[in-house]
Amino acid sequence: MLLPIVLLTATLAPTAHAQTPEEKGMAIVTEMERRDSGWKDQRASLVMTLRNRQGQESRRELRISTLEVEGDGDKSLSLFENPRDVKGTAFLSHTHATKPDDQWLYLPALKRVKRISSRNKSGSFMGSEFAYEDLASQEVDKFRYKWLRDEELDGRQTMVVEYFPQYEHSGYTRQVVWIDKDIWRIVKTEYYDRRNALLKTLTIEDYRQYLDRFWRPDVMHMVNNRTGKSTRVEWQDYRLSTGLTDRDFDRNALKRAR
Amino acid sequence: MTAEPLGARRSLASSLAPARIMLAAASLLAVVSPLGALEVSGRVEIEPRAFLHAPEHPPQERHGLSFAIQPEFYQAFDDNRQSLLFTPFLRVDSADDRRSHFDVRELMYQRVFDDFDLRAGIGRVFWGVTESYHLVDVINQTDLVENVDLEDKLGQPLVNLSFARDWGVLDLFVLPGFRERTYPGREGRLRSEPFVDTSRATYESGAGRDRVDFAMRWSHAIGDFDIGVAHFRGTSREPRLLPLGLCADGQPAPSSGCSRAGSSPTPPAEVVLAPHYDIVRRTSLDLQATKEAMLWKAELLHESGPGDAYLAWVAGFEYTWFGIRGSDRDLGLLVEHLFDGRGGRAPHPLENDLFAGIRLGLNDEASTELVAAIVADAEGDATALTLEASRRIRDDWRVELEARAWNGVERDDPMAPLRRDDYIQLTLVRFF
Repeated sequence: MLLPIVLLTATLAPTAHAQTPEEKGMAIVTEMERRDSGWKDQRASLVMTLRNRQGQESRRELRISTLEVEGDGDKSLSLFENPRDVKGTAFLSHTHATKPDDQWLYLPALKRVKRISSRNKSGSFMGSEFAYEDLASQEVDKFRYKWLRDEELDGRQTMVVEYFPQYEHSGYTRQVVWIDKDIWRIVKTEYYDRRNALLKTLTIEDYRQYLDRFWRPDVMHMVNNRTGKSTRVEWQDYRLSTGLTDRDFDRNALKRAR
Repeated sequence: MTAEPLGARRSLASSLAPARIMLAAASLLAVVSPLGALEVSGRVEIEPRAFLHAPEHPPQERHGLSFAIQPEFYQAFDDNRQSLLFTPFLRVDSADDRRSHFDVRELMYQRVFDDFDLRAGIGRVFWGVTESYHLVDVINQTDLVENVDLEDKLGQPLVNLSFARDWGVLDLFVLPGFRERTYPGREGRLRSEPFVDTSRATYESGAGRDRVDFAMRWSHAIGDFDIGVAHFRGTSREPRLLPLGLCADGQPAPSSGCSRAGSSPTPPAEVVLAPHYDIVRRTSLDLQATKEAMLWKAELLHESGPGDAYLAWVAGFEYTWFGIRGSDRDLGLLVEHLFDGRGGRAPHPLENDLFAGIRLGLNDEASTELVAAIVADAEGDATALTLEASRRIRDDWRVELEARAWNGVERDDPMAPLRRDDYIQLTLVRFF
């Protein structure tokens, strides 16, 4: 029953007039989600460059595998390569739309698999300007939405939508998100803290299409508007629909990840 | 009970064993290396350690300097379905011959089949959920000379089949060959009095170190609960330490006393502690409930052997305040109760103790962490304090500070020398 309604809303989304801004926001995000479903699984590497106000840099390298899960949040397995003292550390996340995510950490020195709390949404990921929630799988049900306006951003036609986190312990009151009308992907996000002041700005650049259908960015750049620190993420070696299964995302997979 | 004295001196063959294992592993990796890149990584560390008090026994030293290296060679092939991992470890210590040691931490072949994983070789397996003491973790022997916190383990020969199914993960282990626990030598600090003479180890099993042990474990994650049930049958990793009188010639003293031809029997010239390894059956349960920021943890063990069966547990919680006062800092509080049904007969001092600790993580670029903990005897005055702090320097270095102190240890306690063994150590690690 749900699916026809979703499709109907999605089809109407760009043109409907009787919609409230909330309905229009929801329709846009639902359509964005629909256009990006069916990739099954994805593997990619990423390099994070952390830069402080003085310009000093440090590097993080990791590999991330993700499994698309229908009807629930995605599963992901992240493996750290750099810095060397955390090399081999692996992080397994089974995300859920409404209930808290299940997360395990693998500590290679002890060969220990440890279930960890998923409460830590707003904390820094590896000392970077990205919080855990910025990198988590963005299920439609995790936010309420409100369409603000359509506008041109750096020569692109975009739809501007406000996201209001519905999960607990978010570090944000809201996010303002610019969605490219041509490729239906996010090109910019502003994060507003709990006092509703601008905290961070994310720009996402250099989208490329994979399997003639799915758009993935090469670069994500997060600037902390308050501290002047920034983190640049470069994505490499995207591979989609590689045939990963649930077995590649269970606790045994965590132990053999390398 | 068969007491089987083993060779008192390490033979030349056994001291060459590390070299032979290295050579064999290296040639094995060389054979498969055309199939893909050999990954080499690892760590070297230098570790000065200072004791705050003069030693109880003159040959013991006030300071120590230690060097350790642990490279890791990894080779994957067959589209990552098969791999070989080799991790040798070497420490050279200025103060204690017994702490200078070599071990193969891992020499493991792994193969992922369609519906199970196979691992065979030498490796490390961790079971459990608690932080203060790993009660149910039984596969590997403790490498006690590395650290008194019991966290370091020797490589264990094993064959493991692991089946991951909808109903959980079932692991079967065959453990051919036993590793003896390492203990500080006569000149080492952080030891018992008398010291443990590992060359006098005896076994309940007639096969001694060659006995083949078995273990199995079922584990599963059900909602917020992670549960593990395990059974082990084999030689206990935790020996009983039995006083052994030695005559002047180094031979064990007969009950009639030491005697030389033509003279009357004399008392033993020296007493040492000799490890005795029993055969035990262990059944254990470990459980963690993850309720948002609160983690409830429990490990429960039933063990039976030649003595009375007993029950032991470690249970408590870990609560974390994430992002304290709007920062990236996390503060964790850990509280656990440790109980061992053997009471005073337990071969460790944790028979009825309370553990409390805090863990501060700054979540900064240097991943700065600090852990402070206290273990207090619920029935006596003995306490142990621990402080551990670490942070990364640039991308490839890490500096670790560790301090331990003991208070209220009774003079007649076998661990009495610890009263004078409060120490601070600094570890500088270079990763490559």
